[in-house]
Amino acid sequence: MSGLFVHTWWMSHRRLKALLRNPGLVVMTLVQPAIWLFLFGGLFRKVAELPGFGAASYVDYLVPGVVVMSAVSSNMWSGMGVIDEIERGTLNRFLVSPVSRSAILNAGVIEQAVSTAVQSLIIILLGRLAGASYPGGVLGVVVLVVASILLGAIFSALSSTMGLLVRQRDTIIGLSVFLLLPLTFLSSAFMAKSLMPSWIQNVAAFNPLNWSLDTARGALAADPDWQAVAVHGGWLLGLAALMIWLSTSSFRSYQKSI
Amino acid sequence: MQTTAMNAVEADSLVKTYPGGVKALDGLSITVRPGEVFGLLGPNGAGKSTTIKILTTLARPDSGTATIAGHAVLSRPDRVRRVIGVVSQRSGADPMASGRDNLVLQARLYGMRGAELARRVAELLDRFDLGDAAGRQVRTYSGGMQRRLDVALGLVHRPRVLFLDEPTTGLDPEARAAMWEEIARLAGDDSLAILLTTHYLDEADRLAGRLAIVDGGRVVAEGTPEGLKAELRGDAVHLELREAPDEQRVRSLIGALPGVREIVFDGRRLSARADDGAAAVPIAIAALDQAGVPVAAVTVARPSLDDVYLRHAGRRFAQTDEPVAAGVGGAR
Ligand SMILES: Nc1ncnc2c1ncn2[C@@H]1O[C@H](COP(=O)(O)OP(=O)(O)OP(=O)(O)O)[C@@H](O)[C@H]1O
Ligand SMILES: [Mg+2]
Repeated sequence: MSGLFVHTWWMSHRRLKALLRNPGLVVMTLVQPAIWLFLFGGLFRKVAELPGFGAASYVDYLVPGVVVMSAVSSNMWSGMGVIDEIERGTLNRFLVSPVSRSAILNAGVIEQAVSTAVQSLIIILLGRLAGASYPGGVLGVVVLVVASILLGAIFSALSSTMGLLVRQRDTIIGLSVFLLLPLTFLSSAFMAKSLMPSWIQNVAAFNPLNWSLDTARGALAADPDWQAVAVHGGWLLGLAALMIWLSTSSFRSYQKSI
Repeated sequence: MQTTAMNAVEADSLVKTYPGGVKALDGLSITVRPGEVFGLLGPNGAGKSTTIKILTTLARPDSGTATIAGHAVLSRPDRVRRVIGVVSQRSGADPMASGRDNLVLQARLYGMRGAELARRVAELLDRFDLGDAAGRQVRTYSGGMQRRLDVALGLVHRPRVLFLDEPTTGLDPEARAAMWEEIARLAGDDSLAILLTTHYLDEADRLAGRLAIVDGGRVVAEGTPEGLKAELRGDAVHLELREAPDEQRVRSLIGALPGVREIVFDGRRLSARADDGAAAVPIAIAALDQAGVPVAAVTVARPSLDDVYLRHAGRRFAQTDEPVAAGVGGAR
């Protein structure tokens, strides 16, 4: 057990060090969210005045949408890292060492969680600069960050699974191209649920990105709706667990294919 | 003579089929004794890497068994992993991390800490001449430096068996010579057994105390380089004909010459073994000329591993993709 802990620690250390080595990449990944917040948010400022929209300002409304969208967007690439490590032989080097298999997988999840948390917090701060307020306070912000981590975990695991099974970069790119915008627009990221066409409302009910928004907005409201947080957060947690289990078993199938 | 000491590697009848029906291993067996350098020599796709993947617990064979320093690969992979060092065909070092970081992480995964770890990493950086580049990202290393780092990574925890999968492929001659020297130095350590795979006959000849020639997933010849060459009595004679010959006719023509045997065709090339090569060549050329089969070039050589390969696999080493249809039966 202590072996697993130590190995998880050092394997995560390696991953996080790689993140730190590349701060430019972090800045790059923040360009898009900044555009959504400042330009898109500015352009559609009057949306909040629509009758029944129900938010004090559009930027207030937009921040959770941009946070979860960015979480999906950056985590969809984790399959690329998996393919790199397979092709370079790095993964196999770890597999012939005494490092426990779970530690390798844990490190991936931990890296994903930490980087998503950092990214989300920065976007929340950017939102502040754009004039957003978070009536739910610190607790609301924490729930938003946790929801984006869980959502990120779902797509990171999906992408890693693809990386392990298909081992083609095109597939990962395709995943991102085909999923990101539809998932975002088929949710309440940019438009209040009550004002969406009913078919989109129906589809959104099955969209994990939308679950994360319901979770986050429930907690960020001046009068938090903890029941909505629990229900949608629960769905999110369940799906994240399922996806991580799936990527674990695809890891096993990778080992069989070596 | 080594029956009392535990063998470094024992592989028995390994079979491995990949999806799509590729039979990578077809009953491969080898034994590596403690402290020796054992070479696996074979062309592309012979099954060398597959053998290493099975012996290093990466892949599971369909059937067959293997032990490393007495530990069963299939039932005790955890123990096997503690006693092996692996330098795989693909580098395996993290290119975005520095050479030192790669070594430090590797040492930590094997449970090293503190002063012991620092000492070991410094020692390896120094020994592999990576001290100056230790803080640089590995992606900035030259091919030779990367390969040296790979070997250092494989040695961090002082393994008892070191696997080197094509350690010099892709290196320039200078870097290859340096790597050879390093491997020879490692070979001097009696507590370390090395299993080395290579495409290069001269590499196997020079580094391996014993070797096995692998072809089509099984061992086709095994012994010391000297012993294998000595099995081939006489000189190797290679004739290059101007045009593709009528093999049957030329075979009977050359085969009739005294002291000439083991005739093998490979396109326009004809190889044979002769008790006295220098004497046999003029007679052979004259006989062929008379029969209207002009000869373009001739070489006579002392037996090489290439000849050993030719004898056992029925084709030349360099052009192993096209098996020779006739000729294998001509041996002996
Ligand atoms: N993971 C894999 N999946 C499918 N087929 C494989 C896999 N690994 C090897 N093979 C096939 O098994 C056969 C033996 O391959 P192997 O890599 O062991 O050869 P090798 O002797 O190491 O060749 P090389 O000198 O090119 O490295 C080849 O036909 C190869 O295509
Ligand atoms: Mg190979």
